Amino acid sequence: MADVALVPPVGAPRRREVISEGLFVRVVLIAIAVALLGIFLLLPLVSVFYEAFRTGFGPYWAALGEKDALAAIRLTLLVAAIAVPANLVFGVAAAWAIAKFDFKGKSFLITLIDLPFSVSPVTSGLIYVLLFGAQGFFGPWLQSQGIQIIFAVPGIVLATIFVTFPFVARELIPLMQEQGTTDEEAAISLGAGGWQTFFRVTLPNVKWALLYGVLLGNARAMGEFGAVAVVSGKIRGQTNTMPLHVEILYNEYMAVAAFAVASLLAMLALITLGLKTFLEWRFSGEIAAIRR
Amino acid sequence: MRASSQGALKKPSVIPGFGLALGFTLAYLSLIVLIPLAALVLKTASLGWPEFWRIATDPRTIAALKVSFGISFAAAAINAVFGLIVAWVLVRYEFPGRKLLDAFIDLPFALPTAVAGIALTALYAPNGWIGELVKPFGIKIAYTPIGILIALTFIGLPFIVRTVQPVLEDLDREVEEAAATLGARRFQTFRKVILPALLPALLTGFALALARAIGEYGSVIFIAGNIPFVSEIAPLLIVIKLTEFNYPAATAIASIMLAISFVLLLVINLLQAWSRRGLSNG
Repeated sequence: MADVALVPPVGAPRRREVISEGLFVRVVLIAIAVALLGIFLLLPLVSVFYEAFRTGFGPYWAALGEKDALAAIRLTLLVAAIAVPANLVFGVAAAWAIAKFDFKGKSFLITLIDLPFSVSPVTSGLIYVLLFGAQGFFGPWLQSQGIQIIFAVPGIVLATIFVTFPFVARELIPLMQEQGTTDEEAAISLGAGGWQTFFRVTLPNVKWALLYGVLLGNARAMGEFGAVAVVSGKIRGQTNTMPLHVEILYNEYMAVAAFAVASLLAMLALITLGLKTFLEWRFSGEIAAIRR
Repeated sequence: MRASSQGALKKPSVIPGFGLALGFTLAYLSLIVLIPLAALVLKTASLGWPEFWRIATDPRTIAALKVSFGISFAAAAINAVFGLIVAWVLVRYEFPGRKLLDAFIDLPFALPTAVAGIALTALYAPNGWIGELVKPFGIKIAYTPIGILIALTFIGLPFIVRTVQPVLEDLDREVEEAAATLGARRFQTFRKVILPALLPALLTGFALALARAIGEYGSVIFIAGNIPFVSEIAPLLIVIKLTEFNYPAATAIASIMLAISFVLLLVINLLQAWSRRGLSNG
């Protein structure tokens, strides 16, 4: 009781002190966090660019302009250009079915959609080898038809689709479930058709979450290594994606060239992070159901 | 297929497109995910139990699984501690650069694993920036199991931070105030009031980081040194068996890992259900 009389009645600052830590603890914790993230996250990123430019701009540009590097860049872009839209269409269809209708087995379906995230990348590649490889289930038949999937571009596309499978769906499903069906019901009762309702009502409601999912899926599609390594065969200039090209150059002790190609992928990561942060900041309400 | 016959399975709705959307979803899901995974299970079953058991108990397989598990567990544990500190600092304190730091947490998600792998190797190799610092103490990081630990900690960090952060943000601070009023010291409040509330999220993050680490390939193989029985991870062993055209071995090891992932997925789902229940009570 005596304490109460001695302490001047200060409002907010006093209150904050009671449920926060002392200045010393705060400074130490912030220092630990900053040091940790600096050493653990920032330093590897810096070292990519440092190693890439170690011998100056000349070798850097030469490494990127090299024939096989360009082929790897083209293949990576091609694979992403197929895998990302395919999963976009799937994500929209899955979210439409799951969020706008009530049916049995819904939560099981959602679990199945998330499944590829819990499969090792290596296993993701292996399953297609078991299906379409020379000794796989469909291997002999494919060979007799002259179709090659494994150690060719179709296998790389399939493996990439597998590892990026849930990205769009998992952003859209919670958001569209939260938004409910009233907007669509209103549009339809006013005479709009199904597609009209989708393009004019549903799509505008979810466009930023859609973009968010595409952004993250694209980063993974362009950067996937394990799954693609198993199915690609790593034929230079033909089935080498950028991450695989990085590995080959690195194993051949061409460090500058390896880090030059890696720096492009690191820039992709930085752009992805920047856009992601921007979307979260600007449209947090419209991608709300995602995390927070 | 009209509403009457579907009644039991699906509630009627005025919105069109259910058949098309669900049909496409199921077809695509089956073609891309379910049938290929079934091929793995089928191929494993065709090996027969004795052959499967021989591969599964092969000393090299067991060693690789031990390396993958043990180090993934250690990495997830390290991340649980540091991830909690980072999440705490990001949610509770104001300081310059906080937003930038927050955005940076997801770097391991965005950075391709091969790039992370060669960057970490360059840093922790004996002639790298950090490798040079620890060399005088006789510590070798790259090309040893410690290197694997570094790589797996790197890729696991965002899982803990991103699962703990939202729970910490939603935590009712009046409970802490009440604890303080009742005479609890700050650390007591943290240990007895805050930590129990964060525990489900912390465990979920731990399980997610663990699941990711066990399957991780790209960021590990450059820094690991890949010495059989010492620093050879299970995913790498699958790749090695594949390049030797030893499909039965690759398939069997992949099946073991898939089974492990499913168990972890189940645990994660249970933890998340627990976590949600905890939130609605508190």
